[in-house]
Amino acid sequence: MIETSGVTKAYGDAVVLDGVDLKIPTGGLTSIIGPNGAGKSTLLSIISRLTPMTSGSAWVDGLDVSRTPTDQLARRLAILRQENHIAARVTVRDLVSFGRYPHSRGRLTFEDRAHVDQALRFLELEPLADRFIDEMSGGQRQRAYVAMVLAQDTDYVLLDEPLNNLDMKHSAAMMRLLRRAADELGRTVVVVLHDVNFASCYSDCIVAMRDGRVRRSGPPEEIVQPEVIREIYDLDVTVHEIEGHRTVFFYR
Amino acid sequence: MRDHTRTRPAAVLAVLAIAAIISALAYMTIGARGPWSFILPFRGAKLAALVLVATAVAVSTVTFQTIANNRILTPSLMGFDALYALIRTATLFLLGAGGFAALDPRLAFAVNVVLMTGFASLLYRWLLTDRAEGLHLLLLVGVIAGVFFRSLSNFMHRLVDPTDFLVLQGSLFANFNAVDGRLLAVSAVLVAGAGVALWRLVPKLDVLALGRDHAVNLGVDYRRTLTVALGLVAILVSVSTALVGPVTFFGLLVANLAYLAIPSHRHAMLLPAAALLAISMLVSGQIVLERVFGLDAALSMVIEFVGGVVFLVLLLRKTPR
Amino acid sequence: MKPALIAGAFLASLFALSLLVGVSPLSAVDVLTFRADSNAVLVLVESRLPRTLALILAGVGLAVAGLIMQILVRNRFVEPSTAGTVESASLGMLVMALFAPAAPVFAKTAASTLFALAGTALFLRLLSMAPLRSPLTPPLIGLTLGGVIGSATTFLAYRFDLLQSLSAWTTGDFSVVLRGRYELLWLALALAVAGYAIADRLTVAGLGDDVATSLGLKHAHVMAGGLAIVAMITAATVSTIGSIPFLGLIVPNVVSLAMGDNLRRTLPFVAAFGAVFTLACDVAGRLANFPFEIPIGVVAGALGSGLFLVLLLRRRARNA
Repeated sequence: MIETSGVTKAYGDAVVLDGVDLKIPTGGLTSIIGPNGAGKSTLLSIISRLTPMTSGSAWVDGLDVSRTPTDQLARRLAILRQENHIAARVTVRDLVSFGRYPHSRGRLTFEDRAHVDQALRFLELEPLADRFIDEMSGGQRQRAYVAMVLAQDTDYVLLDEPLNNLDMKHSAAMMRLLRRAADELGRTVVVVLHDVNFASCYSDCIVAMRDGRVRRSGPPEEIVQPEVIREIYDLDVTVHEIEGHRTVFFYR
Repeated sequence: MRDHTRTRPAAVLAVLAIAAIISALAYMTIGARGPWSFILPFRGAKLAALVLVATAVAVSTVTFQTIANNRILTPSLMGFDALYALIRTATLFLLGAGGFAALDPRLAFAVNVVLMTGFASLLYRWLLTDRAEGLHLLLLVGVIAGVFFRSLSNFMHRLVDPTDFLVLQGSLFANFNAVDGRLLAVSAVLVAGAGVALWRLVPKLDVLALGRDHAVNLGVDYRRTLTVALGLVAILVSVSTALVGPVTFFGLLVANLAYLAIPSHRHAMLLPAAALLAISMLVSGQIVLERVFGLDAALSMVIEFVGGVVFLVLLLRKTPR
Repeated sequence: MKPALIAGAFLASLFALSLLVGVSPLSAVDVLTFRADSNAVLVLVESRLPRTLALILAGVGLAVAGLIMQILVRNRFVEPSTAGTVESASLGMLVMALFAPAAPVFAKTAASTLFALAGTALFLRLLSMAPLRSPLTPPLIGLTLGGVIGSATTFLAYRFDLLQSLSAWTTGDFSVVLRGRYELLWLALALAVAGYAIADRLTVAGLGDDVATSLGLKHAHVMAGGLAIVAMITAATVSTIGSIPFLGLIVPNVVSLAMGDNLRRTLPFVAAFGAVFTLACDVAGRLANFPFEIPIGVVAGALGSGLFLVLLLRRRARNA
């Protein structure tokens, strides 16, 4: 379980997160939604100790993220942020192998290689394994990064807007994949999403944020409601049930 | 495919090693007249100095570029060597020649390294906090800080007694032609020590090359590793500056050549490759200038010229990363 | 005009100070009451007055040259010593010393001007090739170009045993100024005045080729004219007293911080502050290690790069 208590983040006078209390259950796929500037990405990087918090606490499986040794956390939780620029030239296989660093410290064992191969297969990257990542398309590169965090073999996988820069087809493929990672590999997947409908169709739980606070959290049936969407986004919408999924219509 | 990427860096490394050995042998033997008992120690000391400087500059630059996640920044562009000279000058200025000479050189060196590491960490904090304009600002601040440190040293030079200044000059700019045997031994120990420490850091350096966020995610103790690496860089820069004075663009040159030569991200390959490249270039450059043109002290000017052109090219490329 | 009064008073007092400070004592009271002995008068007329005038001329010239460059390149951090201009001018002087050592100073300065122009043109050419992401790229490119040209120059000087002369051009020093050896600097003043006269056209040209052309201005002509002024001022100062780094950058920036960017109004202040800067640096250099002198190039280098850092850090503080 991921748990936060009173997590606050301020840059000078600007308060980005304002006392967030949250519980994300173990297992399944949890989406964090909310308008720009709601604090979604900041919350994710605080939980994953990439950004220090101003006050409050966060725990992963009872481990306090600001006290637990960073290598210990790296075997429990993996995070992929939005922007990934790498100056060095690395191949896909090299990149995915880096995911084993918390376990192998740079010396790959037989077991590590098996994990790498499995992650490559899971993301259908085997034919591309020896390509350099700076020579690939945005969608392929995104898959390579996801393969890396899956190879890390952690119970928790956190992804910040993994659909950014992906087209419709690749977005759907990515969401199916994350769903499978939760169902088949038993990972707890937490994603920040901009598209409410993706959240609605693929999540077990949705956390809705606004102005640095968590406003609502619950299963899609509870969150994907016209009045909740209005509260979060200041937008009048209609919600329709399409093929068993609650879908928000907001184009008119 | 996989074997291809695994074996080729090793082959390149072997070629580079052979080139370095050949240039060292050539340096010892070409145009040698007179008894070997004189030539060997005389040329041997100069060669040792060249090798030490080449290794220190190459290894410190590649390490610095990895932790900065950028292939344009180098320690000397960030004003490291100018800072070293400034600290030495300021010590002399404050203590006078007597106190300066009485100062335990190990203590002085330690103080230098600590101050330089502190300065580097300070500069580095920016690189992390300001991503949009960070790189260009950091570069320009580094370059101008270097100019500032040099100007301050220059200013203090004019204030100290001319005889005191000679003491300082002796300690700041021993050139290849008058290498102090004791300094050489100390430098060799320091370079070797820093080299061993960096070698143990190699797996972490590989991860750091992915950038801060990935490194933290993969469980690298970022702040600690960074401080250790910057401290080692400071030691190496201090050694090379103490031996031959500042060489601004040499590190940039050999680091980028190493990235071109080695088709791998692994520091176990990159670090030795850069060092071997640097040794070959520095030694063979010195051979050409000494034996062909009869110019002893011109090497640094040639390096500045070529390295400056490389830096311009890097700046003018479409994606300055 | 209160600022003008303050600037004038400041300039006048530094002028007087520069006349009086030096190794051989000179009493203001004696001079004003005509009781000074002939030796003192000689020092005043042959050395102190020329030196002080040279300081003012160089300060005015370099400050205006820096400003013109900043307008034409539309970048606050460009000036002759951050664009390869100074190093090219020194190279020109060196080439003349090698091939025509007997040529008159004026001819040497002319050659140096041509080199400075060529170097600056190369700088502009490089700028047009650069991915201009950041306003900090031009000074980086200029400083590096200057370094490359400088190392070539140093190599030549080393090869032909002229390092001593080279350091005279690269480190500004007014202690060599005597009557009859600084008059070329009046040219710098004349050029600064010319720059003032065409200030409006320079501003328009700085907006770029398209804008300038649509406003009916021959862009290339104005650019060439402006850069010629800059190159001539640089060459004239380098050949007489050596280079004073960063002056042309610091002075216009500080004036702009204090009173904005209206060129017609600020340009006289830029000129005046340039003179104040050189006078203050030189007097400080004369006093810091009395009776020895510290060349102005050293003082201005430390002060100028320090202030440049402050400007950069302010920029960061504002952006953050």
